[in-house]
Amino acid sequence: MTMLTSGLIFACTGVVLFAMGVAGVVLLDHLLRRILAFNLMGSGAFLVLIGLAQRAGASDPVPQAMVLTGIVVAVAATALALALARRLFALTGGYGLPQSDAKDGDG
Amino acid sequence: MAEPLVWLILLPLAWATGAFLVPARGAWLALGGTAAQLWLAFQLAAKVGAGDTATHAVGGWGAPLGIDLTADGLTALLLILTQFVALPLFVYARAYFAEKSPAFWPLAGFLLAGMNALFLSADLFNIYVTLELVGLAAVGLVAMGGGAQQLAAALRYLFATLVGSGLYLLGVALIYGVYGTVAIETLTPLVAADTPRAVWFAAGLMLVGLMIKTALFPFHYWLPPAPGGAPAPVSALLSALVVKASFYLILRLWLGPFAPLVDVVAWLPALLGSAAIFWGSWRAIRAVRLKALVAWSTVAQLGYLFLIFPLLGSDQLALHAGGMQLVAHGLAKAAMFAAVGVLIQVTGRDTVADVAGVAARLPVTLFAFALAGVTLMGLPPSGGFLAKWLLIEAALVRGRWDMVVVILAGGLLAAVYVFRVLRQAFLLPPSGERRRVERRPVAMLEWTAFALAAASVLVGLRGMEIVRLLGAGA
Repeated sequence: MTMLTSGLIFACTGVVLFAMGVAGVVLLDHLLRRILAFNLMGSGAFLVLIGLAQRAGASDPVPQAMVLTGIVVAVAATALALALARRLFALTGGYGLPQSDAKDGDG
Repeated sequence: MAEPLVWLILLPLAWATGAFLVPARGAWLALGGTAAQLWLAFQLAAKVGAGDTATHAVGGWGAPLGIDLTADGLTALLLILTQFVALPLFVYARAYFAEKSPAFWPLAGFLLAGMNALFLSADLFNIYVTLELVGLAAVGLVAMGGGAQQLAAALRYLFATLVGSGLYLLGVALIYGVYGTVAIETLTPLVAADTPRAVWFAAGLMLVGLMIKTALFPFHYWLPPAPGGAPAPVSALLSALVVKASFYLILRLWLGPFAPLVDVVAWLPALLGSAAIFWGSWRAIRAVRLKALVAWSTVAQLGYLFLIFPLLGSDQLALHAGGMQLVAHGLAKAAMFAAVGVLIQVTGRDTVADVAGVAARLPVTLFAFALAGVTLMGLPPSGGFLAKWLLIEAALVRGRWDMVVVILAGGLLAAVYVFRVLRQAFLLPPSGERRRVERRPVAMLEWTAFALAAASVLVGLRGMEIVRLLGAGA
């Protein structure tokens, strides 16, 4: 019973982290913060995956393999985002997205 | 021997890696590989159409521990569409880039590998991985231009696609927590038997995540800047194919594991789809830039795909309409971006006003644009006509007159933005200052655009084959 509860705590924490991450990616302006927020989001989802899969005290290897794959994907995405952000910084001197084409691609 | 399922994924991976290592040969590797993939996709369709089930356990490890690949009629149709659109686009891209953009070929190869793997995946987690593969390769393609605008568009697209797949992943985590499996086939009866509240939540997260990636209104904000800023072949790949991959997943989940849950909310995607048709068409009518016009038209045309959800039923009419619309729009939009690429290259500008009077010099390109427009408007005998006809029939069977009005109004609005360009090109004289900057068009670019456009019209005549394929193996 106690194991089940601890799994649930992990899962709930994961959902909270995920929500914080999504809010960060959507609301923040600074690119590095947004990239960090994306990583927070991913960690939240991984925590849910691991936390919920603990049944009767024994941990399940399948979600662990999934999380490992997920981490690889997240690292690749982070690397790509960082490379793009660095290049943008070299071109514009800032870590914000320029507003000019924000008006729906007509600008 | 040949397991078409496996080779459809391995081949693009192989030629993409080859193109990365030997940039000078990239275009030829891509063309050869994609031609072979097209042949494999037709082989697979023949096999599925004959009633054989196509499954393959990767490395001999079957589900639940290993990864299964499966194909039914819908899978085979999308595989054929993807390779069929990619092949002429690669011929186009080879002439368009003229050896100046070696990065295109490896990225395009990884994109195709990801898409083919996505169509063939049989479990929710593997689908997540392939979704990310497709997303990352597409972001790389958008950023290829290297300018600040393109990078900003790429980053915006990257964040949209990451949030989309993140929501999807959280949904998968909840589903695994409840049922202890992610194989779609195993899940379907489990969900039908018992659905705790967490599964409703998971289904909502996954569908919203996929809708973001499909650029359904109001999540379309990332789409117009992304293809709008990219080179023409990239815009065509994104608008014609990449957004269809996540739509395919929505359809797959909707008809499969989530079928018992989603009936009550079927009106929601249809409502958003209708809004997309009106808003996308309105913005296309108002667009200043040519590429923005075509990109907004994609937002509108994607709306049609979502109209099918309340109409899905045992008579399969709506499913056939959706399949037809996927094919027709894929071909027509690729053709339209290709034609627009030629117009921009020749006039040196990217505004609708600047195509004034080009009809005399670019008859083939304008003809391609008009033919693609015929499909988007839904005039017979095009594939778009058949799609709208089936959709209207499905709506009438269920007495949904409101949807018939939306479908017809969308066709009229498409006519407005298509004729806006044609009127400019045919009827208005070019201004003197513009006449001298023109470059000569490359014939290969013009004719590949034309081939795609012609295919989008002629596919209407092959409707029976498509409908039969959709019914196979399901």
